[in-house]
Amino acid sequence: MTKLLSPNRTMNRRNFLQASAAGALAGVAPGLIGSPAAAQTALTVGFIYVGPKDDYGYNQAHAEGAAVIKKMPGITLVEEENVPETVDVQKTMESMINLDGATLLFPTSFGYFDPHMLAMAAKYPKVQFRHCGGLWTEGKHPMNTGSYFGYIHQGQYLNGITAGYASKTKKIGFVAAKPIPQVLQNINAFLLGARSVDPAITCQVIFTGEWSLAVKEAEATNALIDQGADVVTCHVDSPKVVAETAAGRGAFVCGYHANQSALAKDKYLTGAEWAWGNVYTNFIKAAQGGQKLGNFVRGGLKDGFVKMSPLGSAVSAEARKKFEATLAEAMAGKLSVFKGPLKDNKGNVVITAGKAYAEDAIDLESMAYLVEGVVGSTS
Amino acid sequence: MTVEANDPGLSIAAGNGASLRPLLEWLARRAEPVAIGLVAILIGLALFSIFILVIGKSPVTLFQLMYTGGFGSWFSIQNSLSRAAPLLLTALCVALPARLGLVIIGGEGAVVLGGVAAAAAAMPFVGVVAPIVLFVFMGIAAMVIGGLWIGLAGFLRHYRGVNETISSLLLAYIAIALMNQFVEGPLRDPASLNKPSTKPLPADYMMGDIPGMDVHWGLVIGVIACIVSWVLIEVTSYGFAARIAGGNVRAAQIQGLPVGRLIVGFTAIAGGFAGLAGMIEVAAVQGSANASLAAGYGYTGILVAFLARHNPLAIIPVAVLLGGIDASGGLIQRRMGLPDATVLVLQGTLFIVILFCETFYGRFKIFNPDLWKRN
Amino acid sequence: MENGIGLWGVPLAIFAGAIRVSTPFIFVSLGETITERSGRINLGLEGTLVFGAMTAYAVAVLTGSPTLGVLAAMAAGAVFGLIHGWICKFPKVNDIAIGIAMMQFGLGMAFFLGKPFIQPVAPKLPSIPLGGWSSTPQVQAALNINVLFFIGAALALFLFWAFKNTRLGLILRVVGDSTDAARAMGINPDRVRLLATAVGGSLAAIGGAYLSLYYPGSWNEGISSGQGLMAVALVIFARWNPIGCFLAALLFGGAGALGPALQSVGVTQGYYLFYAAPYVLTLIILIMTSSPTRSLAGAPGALSLTK
Repeated sequence: MTKLLSPNRTMNRRNFLQASAAGALAGVAPGLIGSPAAAQTALTVGFIYVGPKDDYGYNQAHAEGAAVIKKMPGITLVEEENVPETVDVQKTMESMINLDGATLLFPTSFGYFDPHMLAMAAKYPKVQFRHCGGLWTEGKHPMNTGSYFGYIHQGQYLNGITAGYASKTKKIGFVAAKPIPQVLQNINAFLLGARSVDPAITCQVIFTGEWSLAVKEAEATNALIDQGADVVTCHVDSPKVVAETAAGRGAFVCGYHANQSALAKDKYLTGAEWAWGNVYTNFIKAAQGGQKLGNFVRGGLKDGFVKMSPLGSAVSAEARKKFEATLAEAMAGKLSVFKGPLKDNKGNVVITAGKAYAEDAIDLESMAYLVEGVVGSTS
Repeated sequence: MTVEANDPGLSIAAGNGASLRPLLEWLARRAEPVAIGLVAILIGLALFSIFILVIGKSPVTLFQLMYTGGFGSWFSIQNSLSRAAPLLLTALCVALPARLGLVIIGGEGAVVLGGVAAAAAAMPFVGVVAPIVLFVFMGIAAMVIGGLWIGLAGFLRHYRGVNETISSLLLAYIAIALMNQFVEGPLRDPASLNKPSTKPLPADYMMGDIPGMDVHWGLVIGVIACIVSWVLIEVTSYGFAARIAGGNVRAAQIQGLPVGRLIVGFTAIAGGFAGLAGMIEVAAVQGSANASLAAGYGYTGILVAFLARHNPLAIIPVAVLLGGIDASGGLIQRRMGLPDATVLVLQGTLFIVILFCETFYGRFKIFNPDLWKRN
Repeated sequence: MENGIGLWGVPLAIFAGAIRVSTPFIFVSLGETITERSGRINLGLEGTLVFGAMTAYAVAVLTGSPTLGVLAAMAAGAVFGLIHGWICKFPKVNDIAIGIAMMQFGLGMAFFLGKPFIQPVAPKLPSIPLGGWSSTPQVQAALNINVLFFIGAALALFLFWAFKNTRLGLILRVVGDSTDAARAMGINPDRVRLLATAVGGSLAAIGGAYLSLYYPGSWNEGISSGQGLMAVALVIFARWNPIGCFLAALLFGGAGALGPALQSVGVTQGYYLFYAAPYVLTLIILIMTSSPTRSLAGAPGALSLTK
């Protein structure tokens, strides 16, 4: 197994092994297509989730991805849920390595990265670790580690487009967990999408402070709607409560993490969903084919990392047209959500005129501001 | 279920002369909790087996996996010990005030604030003082804050008549809010990105592991704290006074014992230990203070303390047992496809039976030291 | 849908939040009041609440009837109470410790058995629209009040009256104040406590059913954020007075709505501190209303927690 994952710097499937702007990877060498025998190679893969595997959201999206690779030949899947970001996750990783013989681990929560996964990677250099969301940097982090993530803010931008057309009050709402870059990106993208339809739209954000807090999420949704927001989306671990509460109050809903159309019914516009099954399948194929696993793997709509829920019945023909045009732009790799001139909501210029960030711009992953038009604070 | 007096054990005692009797007396006294505890564990596991059979899985496989995952190898033992380490200190936060008859359930608050205080205290001194000195500073900061926090509950109890159970719980929620505000606000390291944290300690300022083991120093500190607490309660006059005050406050006051100082002192020491648990999380595990400090160690500590009947030395095996169950839970999930909640069901069943079996204390003559004094 | 209502949103949110969020606290604390009045403490109602939430949701999914869901939750809660009550009648068994173990057990069983019910959508409990007189949708929404809230309010009044004026109330108080006195009167204290704990569990489970079938109206493992534990604490805060429990629950619910409401009108800094408002407020009131000399006023004499 260790030989299989030895550091040879080759890879195929360009979509999958995206070299980052930071130059994490040397380049794309001629692909070594795995032999039929290699495709059957036995491989034990460990998945670790921070919450319950079926939360209708973040963890479920990963668990569904894991379920996809479970069906692949030669794969033994070991999973553990509700693992806190403490010494527990270190011991869980070690236990998977020592007792189950896992040689490829996917710790899926951001907080697992530093120090927990890095400590285990140093201790078990022959095991491969791939982490969801971490900012892997060559030279700083071990080569048997890596990170993957999806440009889901593209999905929130598309959400924002449908919201922009659907909103009558010109106020849209966002229930968020914590003011961290991944969340701020989504809030900003949601508003920018809506403003691409009507620049007068504003977005109210409420931070709940926790990743999963059902009653507070419901209260936050109600407070947004009381203040006139008529389209609501969210970034919390389980969007079930926000979707149902907002639809129950008669507001439109844009989904997140997974498809919530069954919960919001005719109030569901669309949603930004993960497609981790594709991502994990690619990793497994590479591992079984004896190729080097990417250390810094990113992808958006065009790479099949992220997808949109089918448009709901409330989406107008005009909105559908713009949505589809923008989606096509994203599929062609030409969508730039963050481009100048752009100010934050304190009046500072954050992107100068003429500058446009490509979807894979590394700077976006440390975003620390809310753009003009978002009502909310980052601390 | 009572044991007859003509038990073979008794005839041995009678036959072997006077020299053995003190030993037997001692054994009888010590054997009671061990025997009752072990039988309770067996009954609990039997009940849990029924549950596992009902859901169509094999209890034999499950127990084999539990052994493998919790205690079956050196790795597994270390896994269990690592998980037990923070529980030693948080259980003391419950057990010490319990000697005074106080029920403190807010140790979690002292843990998180202790962690934040330790991280904040470390900032100016990293690279200035030696690591060991830094740990002393961090430990003092954490213990002072934790002690103030739980000591406040004791103070309010004695001087304002505020129930300490509710005040400590409220203080725990307030502490978690303060921790989040500090970690995401003034103390946030801008580089912590998606997991707001304080500035991390450099690798050479981490507390590290016990030599030859994969368990951090928190285990040693916890065991020392348990022993110190045992001495405090069982040997010193403070402990004696506390036990009197815990039995009857008015009687203690009539005897002239400083009940107020005892209550504030014991709650402050208890909170200090919980704060120290937070410091160890920062210095030995996380490297920085962040929301992971609120991992529930304070709440699990309540269970450990009650299972140990508030005896500081008994806390050690109980915490290791809990750590072992926790460690094996992962293996059960992975190998048997059972949800994480299985471990909660097991813990619940086991603890209900263990606590229920306390009713058997003093029911069996064989454990009565007086029995071994006669003739 | 109309535009926002500006700063009026804050008092409205506090009012609406007090009603929406308080109901689980009302039921759990009333249930715990009955239990504690009998001289027992059941610290494990958090587990009962969550198990009740799961049972109600599961039965509502399976039968299509939320009312049956609530009834099933009540039955499950009563069973939890009976287990607690039965175990605690044995000498030397610590009721606080058993409560904590029962909490663990209840949470475990709820999460274990509730797995298949996270995805399905259950029919919700109906609410009574009392806001028809207002043309403001926000006010209409705030006055969409669930029937369980009114039942909880009525129950608080009834218990307040019944503790003082009925034979059952008298028996409960005698048992709670002194086991020996109860025995002398020919009352079996263990049986009274068993039933009081069962009723307490049953009511706590209604609180759970409200969470899963009305507000927020969803079943997953994070449905409760400690409401059951906090409600037990509120009983001490309310000094074992049912009307006090009701008011304390309203206060707690209203203060909890402050954080989101302030953010929605643009007060966005330091929201963690606003979220701590219910706890800070409760603590301050507790300190102001306590005194070292009459700290145990209203406390049942046989209660282990306040001895």
